[in-house]
Formats: sequence, structure tokens, C-alpha cells
Amino acid sequence: MKHIKTINKQNLKQTAVKGGCGECQASCQSACKTSCTVANQKCERQ
Amino acid sequence: MIHQFKNNGIFIVLDVNSGAVHVVDELVYEMLSLLDDDIEYLSPKCPSSIAHSLEHYGSDTVNEAYGEIYELYKSGLLFSKDDYAQFADKMVSSPLKALCLHVSHDCNLRCKYCFAGQGGYGKEKKVMSQEVAFAAIDFLVNQSKGRRNLEVDFFGGEPLMNFDVLKNTVEYGRSLEKEHGKVFRFTTTTNGVLLNDEIADYLNREMSNVVLSLDGRREIHDQMRPNAGGRGSYDTIVPKYKHFASIRGDKDYYVRGTFTKNNLDFSKDVLHFADLGFSQISVEPVVSDESLPFSIKKDDLPRIFEEYDNLAKIMLERKKAGCGINFFHFMLDLEQGPCAIKRLRGCGCGNEYAAVDPDGDIYPCHQFVGQPEWKMGSVITGEFDYNKKERFAQATVYNKQDCKTCWAKFYCSGGCSANNFAYCGDILKSHKLSCELEKKRLECAIMIKTALSQ
Repeated sequence: MKHIKTINKQNLKQTAVKGGCGECQASCQSACKTSCTVANQKCERQ
Repeated sequence: MIHQFKNNGIFIVLDVNSGAVHVVDELVYEMLSLLDDDIEYLSPKCPSSIAHSLEHYGSDTVNEAYGEIYELYKSGLLFSKDDYAQFADKMVSSPLKALCLHVSHDCNLRCKYCFAGQGGYGKEKKVMSQEVAFAAIDFLVNQSKGRRNLEVDFFGGEPLMNFDVLKNTVEYGRSLEKEHGKVFRFTTTTNGVLLNDEIADYLNREMSNVVLSLDGRREIHDQMRPNAGGRGSYDTIVPKYKHFASIRGDKDYYVRGTFTKNNLDFSKDVLHFADLGFSQISVEPVVSDESLPFSIKKDDLPRIFEEYDNLAKIMLERKKAGCGINFFHFMLDLEQGPCAIKRLRGCGCGNEYAAVDPDGDIYPCHQFVGQPEWKMGSVITGEFDYNKKERFAQATVYNKQDCKTCWAKFYCSGGCSANNFAYCGDILKSHKLSCELEKKRLECAIMIKTALSQ
């Protein structure tokens, strides 16, 4: 493509199909405790 | 739904529902801004109104650019549909698997922004007994059902003021792992005052993550984090943190600070951490009542946004120069990261995650501790309010009015329930100031990723 460069081809919808195992870290157990961010957690299956 | 923004001279487009990120040229950026960002159907042919608006680019070029947009639309990477409703059955109550264990409601510092009331959370200062701590571990194991990975964060107050109980609790948890098929991940959040070589060795060995509180430059830190005598704590703790980081190697730790109205130039504090040799860094905005002199208010947002932009550029330069630092709130994995279900469920507060105070009382999270109306039960009696748990389980992105239509919903996952309640009176009502800060951090994080990919 000349006008668009796609940086990632992630498809969150695909992660939903087999997701929700609940084994990954609760976000407030990392470094935040006051300002919630969930997307920077790691998936336990990868 | 898409979200488009310019940062550091880069035109960026996020396709919200797929998570795809695109760098576009000015023509495509302009073209997308002429389309509804939540459009449901895209025509194969460029609409005449758009072609007319952009005719100065030349019709062949406009049609070519539109063709690329259409191709991505057909591939599900642009204007992709929100069809997550099919996963509603996964947005339900989950087993409890993480505890914030308040082993000490006492503290040896008097931090001015402390949400814990200098350790006591509005009640008498006390430490957790071994009996209560062990009961909390038993409660967690019993509640966790099929979950294998269990998390316990030693928190306070200052948890190292009750180090013996902390150690015994770790040992007790480890003793249950094999029999119950569990793996405990212990973490500690400390102000560092009591850290010594022996404790450092212990924490390094037993903790999967250690959060070391430090606000930044000496004058910034000492202004907000004095001891009981009013003396700043910077000189006491920094040598200890340096030692800990030196023995920690590649294992997780964070030097974590809070910025306030007093240091809106907080990128200097982040760089100060880097100069001290720390590579894992988190610096977060204070969340406090707006009547307090150090609180962050809406009027401060433009200055804070500018500072996040500065920090993102500095981090990018350092990364390119081979001396990158890790800033917690700019961490983003665009290829993997947590699954969409995790992102939609939210932080897990009151559902997968809860806090236990020194009396053994259970609260939805550390920030609700001490508020009687939010008490959920007791690890001593075994009582547990499953109705409250269900209420928190339902606090998903799709049950929060403001979040449903927000482009950042898959990243912040609905924000902090405690902040929502404290400042908006409802766990489902978003604390707008926090939302604005989160969205800015996300834009910076995405910009860094796009710049590094070019």
C-alpha cells in the first residue's frame, strides 16, 4: 500500500474466542494500585 | 470504530475493535476524518462528497487512497464491527485468585497524598497477626477453585513493619502449593525505609515483583514523603533501592512514583530514575480530592499532555540509542497482550481480586479498605458477600455507559472502580480526569510503537 502502513495485524476478536482463562495477573498486582491499565499485562498462554 | 490522532508528526489510526494500528499519510488521515468514525458500512466507491472535498489531491490519488481504506475495511482491520456481545457469557463472576494483603496498617512515613490515612485507613494503626494472614491464604486457596496462579501482594501501610508475618505467610503459601495444585506469586509494595541487605535478599528470592516507592528528584520526593519527624526520606531509601536493583538482575521490579501539581515536569523525575540506574519505572498521577493543594485538576491537563509527549519522545530517543527504559504506563504489546475477554472484564476488583485488612475483613480492593459499606466479608468467619462480588463482576466495559463508546476501552478496560466511586459516586461512572490521562498515555504508547516500526 502507498498511503497506509499497517503496524500490527492483531485481531482482538480472535483472542476472545479462546480467551478468559483468568490465569493472568490482576492489573493492580503489578505497579499501579491507583491508575488502572489492563492492556499492559501479559497473557499467560504466550 | 476508529480513533485517529497525530503525535510526534505521525498520523496514526487505531481500529478499535480489532486492535489494528495503521500509520497513514495526510490524505488518508484527512479522508478518514471526513467519514463517521463509527461507520457501519463502507461503500466500495469513494463517496462523491469526499472526492469533492479532497479534489486538490487529484482524483486518481484520492481513489487510490480510498481503495486502500476499503481493502482494510474488507479485511476487518478498519471500521471493524463490535461483535463482542457473543462473549457475554464470559463476563460473569470468576473465582477469587488475587489478594492485596494489608499486613501492616501502620507506616513509618507520612506521605501527604496517602489514600491510606498514613497507614490506618481511618482506623487504629495495627499489624496483621499470623493467624489472620494464614486464614487469608486458606480463604484464597478455597475460593480460587480451578485457578492455578494465585497472587498475593504484601501491602500496607508499610508491609516491612511486619516482616516476620510476611515471611511466615510466604512459607505457609508455598507449603500448600503442591497439595492444592497452585502456584503462588508473591509481590511486595514498600517505601524502602526498612530495607536492608537481609530483607533485600529475601525479597529478591521470594517475590515475583517488588514495587519500590520513590517520587523522583530529591526535592520532589522529600516534599511529599517525609517521615514522622517531617524529614524527607530520599537519602534513606535511594542507596537501598540501588542495591536492590543491582541484585535484582532481569527479575521484575518497579521504582514507582506519584506526580502531583508540584511536579508537572515529571519527565525529569523519570529521567532522574534512569540516571540513578533504574530501568523499570512507573510514575503515576496523584488521585486526590481537588480541594488539596497538590491535586491535579482539569486545568492541568494541557501541561500534563505536553509532558507525556516530552517523555514519549525522550523514551524513543533513548530506545533508538540503545539505552531504553521501561515506563509502566507506556508498555503496550500491539501483537499480543491480554485477550479481549480480560480487557472487557476490567481490573477484576471485587471479583478476581480483593483486599484483606489486619482484622481479616475483606474489601473489593485496597482503595475500598476502611469503608464499612464496601466490606465483603471476613477471612476469619469465612463469610463472603457473593452479591457484592457479582456486582463487581458486572462492572465490565459494556456496563459502563461512558466506556461503551470510548476508543480506549480495550486498553484501560473501564478504569478504576474505586476512583469512580470516590469521585463520581458510582463504580460504573467514569472518573473523567483519569480517563483523559489514560487516553493520552495510550496515544503516546502507540506512537512509540509506530515510530519504532518505521
